[in-house]
Amino acid sequence: MSAVETQHVARDLMDQLPVLQVAIPLIAAPLIVFIGNRKLAWAIAFAASAAAFVIACTLLWQVIDGSVISYHIGGWAPPLGIEYRIDALSAMILMLISGIGTIVLPYAYASVAAEIPKKQHTLFYALFMLCLTGLLGMVATGDAFNIFVFLEISSLSTYVLVAMGAHKDPRALTAAYDYLIMGTIGATFFVIGLGMLYMATGTLNLADLAERIADQGINRTVRAGFAFVVVGMGLKVAMYPLHHWLPNAYTFAPSAVTTFLAATATKAAIYVMLRFLFSVFSPGFHFEDWTLYLIFIPFSLLAMFAASFVAVFQTNLKRMLAFSSIAQIGYMLLGIAMLNATGLSAAVVHMVNHGISKAALFMGVGAMVMYSGSAFFDDLKGLGRKMPITGAVMVAGGLSLIGVPGTAGFISKWMLVQAAFENGWWIIAIAIMLSSLLAVIYVWRMFEVLYLTAPSDDCTATDPPLPMLVPMLILAGACIWFGFDTELTLGSARVAAEGLLAGSAGMMH
Amino acid sequence: MDTSTALYLTMLIPIVAMAGNMVFSARENLRDGITFLCATLTFVCVLVILCNVGNATTGPYELFEVVSGLSISFHVEPLGLMFAMIGSGLWIITHIYGIGYMRSNKEQHHARFFACFSIAIAAVMGIAFASNMFTLFVFYEILTLSTYPLVAHKGTPEAVRGARIYLGILIGTSIALLLTGVIWTFTIAGTLDFTKGGILEGKIAPTLLPVLLGLYAFGIGKAALMPFHRWLPAAMVAPTPVSALLHAVAVVKAGVFTMLKVGIYIFGIDFLASTGASEWLMWLAAYTIIAASVVAMTKDNLKARLAYSTVSQLAYITLGMALATSMGALGGGMHIAMHAMGKITLFMCAGSIYVAYHKTEISQMQGLGRIMPITFGAFLIGALSIIGLPPLGGSWPKFLLMMGAADAGHLTIIGVLMVSSLLNIAYLLPIVGRGFFRPATDTRLPKTFSEAPLLVWLPPAITATGCIVLFFYAGSIQNFLAPIVESTP
Repeated sequence: MSAVETQHVARDLMDQLPVLQVAIPLIAAPLIVFIGNRKLAWAIAFAASAAAFVIACTLLWQVIDGSVISYHIGGWAPPLGIEYRIDALSAMILMLISGIGTIVLPYAYASVAAEIPKKQHTLFYALFMLCLTGLLGMVATGDAFNIFVFLEISSLSTYVLVAMGAHKDPRALTAAYDYLIMGTIGATFFVIGLGMLYMATGTLNLADLAERIADQGINRTVRAGFAFVVVGMGLKVAMYPLHHWLPNAYTFAPSAVTTFLAATATKAAIYVMLRFLFSVFSPGFHFEDWTLYLIFIPFSLLAMFAASFVAVFQTNLKRMLAFSSIAQIGYMLLGIAMLNATGLSAAVVHMVNHGISKAALFMGVGAMVMYSGSAFFDDLKGLGRKMPITGAVMVAGGLSLIGVPGTAGFISKWMLVQAAFENGWWIIAIAIMLSSLLAVIYVWRMFEVLYLTAPSDDCTATDPPLPMLVPMLILAGACIWFGFDTELTLGSARVAAEGLLAGSAGMMH
Repeated sequence: MDTSTALYLTMLIPIVAMAGNMVFSARENLRDGITFLCATLTFVCVLVILCNVGNATTGPYELFEVVSGLSISFHVEPLGLMFAMIGSGLWIITHIYGIGYMRSNKEQHHARFFACFSIAIAAVMGIAFASNMFTLFVFYEILTLSTYPLVAHKGTPEAVRGARIYLGILIGTSIALLLTGVIWTFTIAGTLDFTKGGILEGKIAPTLLPVLLGLYAFGIGKAALMPFHRWLPAAMVAPTPVSALLHAVAVVKAGVFTMLKVGIYIFGIDFLASTGASEWLMWLAAYTIIAASVVAMTKDNLKARLAYSTVSQLAYITLGMALATSMGALGGGMHIAMHAMGKITLFMCAGSIYVAYHKTEISQMQGLGRIMPITFGAFLIGALSIIGLPPLGGSWPKFLLMMGAADAGHLTIIGVLMVSSLLNIAYLLPIVGRGFFRPATDTRLPKTFSEAPLLVWLPPAITATGCIVLFFYAGSIQNFLAPIVESTP
């Protein structure tokens, strides 16, 4: 091949990146099942998610200037054909999802071996790939029905992944069943909403939807469609009070699954929510403003306080972190509801920062559970001293969760409070600060158990093997790094927020 | 060495000390030697900055920008330089004392202890040289977190409880109040740089100004203003070197130093004076001065009494800022130095008594002065300096504060300061009196001269001498600090 041809191929390949982003893990899943070898399965999964991560980085690099990539599947022009749309927001979330996927896999290799029966390992990796595909697809696509399809792919695989925890604790089965019921209701609501929007507009392409809704104005069908979409996605987001499925699912799923889900699944759902709130509909519509002010803000505040409060009284560390996730989702939705550039950047940057911090924490817990057998505080006594590196990772993640300066969580909290002040909502600003005091309490309970209680005498716990340790350290490092260097996280989040605030105009070419 | 290098080194060297402690955790002489060397080098670096800069203001030196408009950057100005000198200078002395104390007292986990101690010093240097409120806040929180393991050091339920109060109040106030205030300031002023004359003038409604000031005054929990003072007595469960350097000097002084910085460079003394926004704070500080002294009189535990005395003395500095006169601010600034020297002496003496005879309650200390004359002599000098009697350093800042109060036209405040001195006499001197003049109650005590080990009694003797020396150099300190209150050039 001549140099010119190589260049052509490279350019063609670059053009195909949006679809490759989703296709690579999608193809990897059946491949893993066919091959059926445990080690190869892992290698394929890792290669696929690493490739997805590289693609996501490339995409972000292409759209960081605020541009939009529109990819037509099969060359069929939208709105008839399916369109994939990448802008700064989607590229950022794609990067988070694929990045966490790539980091979790080496960890999963050791942790899965300890938690899941051997014969299910290849299936685990296949499902993991499907879940990754679904989440990436939800974010990459610009077609409403396609979102539903990918939502179901990710949800169905997630139910099974959660149920795989049954080998250790049979309650994983009921947790998965709960999640299945709630998740299905959510997905059904979402698709009903889509049906209504389709009825009113005759299109399912997001950009086209936006245009037609803007043209024809609001009618009852569109409003009902909006309501169903928001509630349906609210369930997947675990928006308070639709969060019921989350604590059990996170507590009983295998550690690697919990880590992956906590960092990515709810974030992809928030992404879809953002798309509908800002790109399809726009805050100019009165009913949307009212939804944000009268539903999002009160429920976000409730989440921040009630869920944190519940977290304080948990006796199981995984469960405590799960409730903390519900509270943190409250921060993100609150940032969205502020409807200004700073608030939206805060929400977007918190999606990434919280994803990283929670992943580090859940990985740490997972490593400790490998030795202690359970995540109950009583079984984790003094483990921070016995497992110094794991303990240090949990400290970094915990501090970031509180939002201590010098950690990623601080940046999101700062932006969120600044956004509240910019709106003149000083009561909300104070509420954010007060609720983060609850985070201090529950995080410190964890530190005291890990460091200030004596380990049992026959405790032989040591830091986990290197493949688990390195991902944990990378995430903990990221918690600190993104607390100082915010160019990538906050910089992209700002571009994303501007794109969102440009409203449906941002969806046009 | 140029100033910026020396400045970064003051933060880097303590980090090296921390690393040294972690790496050589099993070899105590090497480890303590490294820390001593690092402490000396840090002090030398501060001296280099002093020689280069004098009492001018240089900088800012920006390390990097975190978010646009918010950067980690440093500058050198007289108040910060003085604070850095106190922190690093007393670190050397406290380290010597710490070696003696930790070894003779058979405390555990020396390496962890000295490592956390070093991080705390690095944070203090960061606070001293921070050129904007954002940087200062970052280091402020690092200081809180790095001292938490020191307070919880013993690991007993009592220590854990104390550490919980310590952290709860310090993190709680700083996140709920201080951070809110800082972000509010940033939103309305668009900057957080410490600027002479303040950054708020004309940007905030006068009615809201006292509210914002309140967020700072209560948010800076380290300044131990009532009602957020409880963490300081709680922190006394820590080993005495921690109480001496951190809870009499570094941590609490970081608090009042921040208070002064905020008053002078964020609000601006003139702006505060013209709006009267700080008047309520002045009365609260006055209340704290008296109330804490009264509480101190009721405490039989020596360290608890000293802790309440610190609460009272810290309020002097807050008062200096709240008076909103240049004399008041100068007096407050100088009191940072004078009180540091006096109080560290008292704490080291308390530790010395504990090391030698394991006495913690004042009522058990009868007759100890006769067998530990150096310790009790140093205690007497420290106490007199805290009370504010000449020829000891502590007399000058009180003098300046009274002049500041007169300038501001608040004669009641002068009365408060005088009553406070009397109360100081009432709760500090009886300790010395009991030691020297009352017969020993404990028959197991030796009859003849029998001091604590050399490394434990020598450091308080040095700082006690320092209290006397400072009396004669008060003029230079005042001249050195003068630029901070000069009207904008």
